[in-house]
Amino acid sequence: MIQKAYIVPGQPHVLLAPDKNEGWRKLHDAYRAVGQEIERSGAELILVYSTQWFSVIGHLFQVDPKPKWTLVDQNWYELGEIPYEFRIDPEFGKLYAGLCKEHGMQAATVAYHGFPIDTGTVVALKLLNPNNAIPASIVSCNIYAEREETRALGYAARAAIDTYGKKTIVVVVTNLSNRYEVGDIDPAHDRISSAKDDEWNRKILEMLGEGRLEDVAQVARDFAREANADMGFKAIWWLGAVMGEHNKYDGKVWEYQPVWGTGNAIVELTPNERKQIDWEKEFDEGPVPTFATASGTGLETHNVLGTPASETAEQAASPPPDVIRTDRAPKPVGPYPHARRVGNFLFLSGIGPRKPGTGEVPIDDIEVQTRAAIENVKAILEDAGSSLEKVLDVTVYLTHMKRDFDRFNRVYAEYLGKVQPTRTTVGVDSLPTPICVELKVIAAI
Amino acid sequence: MTNPQGQIVGGLLAPHPPHIVYGENHWRNEPKSECGWEVLRWGYERARKHFLAKKPDVLLVHSPHWQTVIGHHFLGLPEFHGLSVDPIFPNLFRFQYDLKVDVELAELIAEEGKKDGLITKMMRNPNFRVDYGTIVSCHMMNPEWDIPIVGISSNNSPYYFSNEMGQAQMVKLGQATRRAIEKSGRRAVLLASNTLSHRHFTTEPDIPEDMSREHVYEHSGYLWDMQVLDLMRTGRTKELIAILPEFMDHAVSEVKAGSLAWMLSALNFPDYAGEVYGYWTVIGTGNAVVGWDPQLREAATTQGAMA
Repeated sequence: MIQKAYIVPGQPHVLLAPDKNEGWRKLHDAYRAVGQEIERSGAELILVYSTQWFSVIGHLFQVDPKPKWTLVDQNWYELGEIPYEFRIDPEFGKLYAGLCKEHGMQAATVAYHGFPIDTGTVVALKLLNPNNAIPASIVSCNIYAEREETRALGYAARAAIDTYGKKTIVVVVTNLSNRYEVGDIDPAHDRISSAKDDEWNRKILEMLGEGRLEDVAQVARDFAREANADMGFKAIWWLGAVMGEHNKYDGKVWEYQPVWGTGNAIVELTPNERKQIDWEKEFDEGPVPTFATASGTGLETHNVLGTPASETAEQAASPPPDVIRTDRAPKPVGPYPHARRVGNFLFLSGIGPRKPGTGEVPIDDIEVQTRAAIENVKAILEDAGSSLEKVLDVTVYLTHMKRDFDRFNRVYAEYLGKVQPTRTTVGVDSLPTPICVELKVIAAI
Repeated sequence: MTNPQGQIVGGLLAPHPPHIVYGENHWRNEPKSECGWEVLRWGYERARKHFLAKKPDVLLVHSPHWQTVIGHHFLGLPEFHGLSVDPIFPNLFRFQYDLKVDVELAELIAEEGKKDGLITKMMRNPNFRVDYGTIVSCHMMNPEWDIPIVGISSNNSPYYFSNEMGQAQMVKLGQATRRAIEKSGRRAVLLASNTLSHRHFTTEPDIPEDMSREHVYEHSGYLWDMQVLDLMRTGRTKELIAILPEFMDHAVSEVKAGSLAWMLSALNFPDYAGEVYGYWTVIGTGNAVVGWDPQLREAATTQGAMA
């Protein structure tokens, strides 16, 4: 579940040289204050999208659990070095990348020693999460991705957050207007590089202060054209998609200041379902998605990514009568039910070990996960009027056949050894969520 | 003590896709391949043979992947070493580099640039990670890494203002480079680390070196590349420099970063033929290894005089 979202700048000046400029100091202090709020909030994950992590082949997802390096920025090295060691949640990154791939997007995880984490992400995590109290996940910004692909990446993030079930803070690292002073300036006299850029920044911030995230997403192209917004301001498309593409937020502009001519702000957005909106969206672009609710993502207008399953299931007006769904098993991660009844037979979807309710993935241990998966199967069977004793056929998918087969068999035998269903066991490269076993079951009723 | 006059003994359009290092399986690069992009790699081999035979004292490289906002920056310490992981293709390029820098020449160029009104800076942090564009071009030219380099950043001005404004700066930087080399007494080879047409695929095959998947991204990019190469092959670089801003827009060419304009300016816009050592695509982008040897012009002039 998403607790809050923040828009923050990725300028090293704010981290390394707050004393050189009053505005940089204000940004620094606001950053720190936000970080303290996040630490107190009980958040369990910080998801970061930074316009400074470029990718060109789809999107990349950081899954090195402890990336460590000393960053020397290619531009601003005179400000000093930034040593870092971050705490990354690799399982979320794998889940997020997996969902993207499942929906036909190009996605790859990275876990290479020395991989250069971008300055924007480093600045954000150093200031927002200085003690690594909360694990983070980082996704790249494809420099060629247009609105559709960027939104699809956002929908996938939303689906991943729903599936993962952890309290999540969403952070985009982006400048507003992005026209740098290209000469040496006296930092004390830093200012937005043009009055027009400043006006546009203030307009955008006024809308964000009112919580109108989707309205800002709709004018992103104009903002980018008029104020040379950072990376076409595509970060706002991603953020809008992650947050549900609506205007029902409480907005707060913590700070707005220039950094070497560019516009930089710290903005907080808190979802508020009860918010009364007495205005309509200001602008539309192309085929506009359904807009009425928080979950109205308008996926029907896109073919890059299918509808997140967790929403589809709830939105389905009248599912067929033979469809089985239960709260005693984890939500499906795609547009399918837990099971379907045909005559006296019950056909189950692939069922894994995630925990019902939270969707949390158990530890990477085949015995623990096998037990959890069979318990989930048992719950579905029972809710459909069947039981483990009536299982006829099982297909088993293992991601580590060599490592896990023997131990899997031991647990399997405890539950189904006496039942003697037919069985096929298949080794697979990966499953949609970061689990090591999944079961496909046919049972009698 | 004054140096004998230095000279530029060669200039090479030296593109830097990490794929070509990946394809050659050098021990410095961790990922391993079966093969790949041979036409470019073999082109580099022939260029290397030609220009290293001239015994250069230094290789100067201008790279689009060291992007600077304020002016033109130079590697400013005698050596840099470390691990370069390509942020875009980390699956292909994780390279242990260990390079020497001709700091004296770099400082001379920076000084000459300042005289022309350019902002120049020396980067002297030993923990600075040298960009992969610099590394790939230098490695392909000199895999022994036994010749010092001058590493020059790419100024972002064309991205904030206009192609023409950025190119004008690069012409000045090229002139400053030439004067500095002459003062230094060095024999120098210039490396312009640029791709030509730069639209590329947004997906990667499961086997990155699967050459059956490699082709130019679009016909219009290919036409542009051929037009540009034809001007190079026929020694019409003043015409070439005039159309580069258009090339940048129409083919999204990486020459926008300025490396080619810098080199042509330093070479005083050659009116003699450039040798095309190879042209091939990398994930759909057009890449050419093209060399200019000032001796060829001298030879032609001498022959003309004798005739």
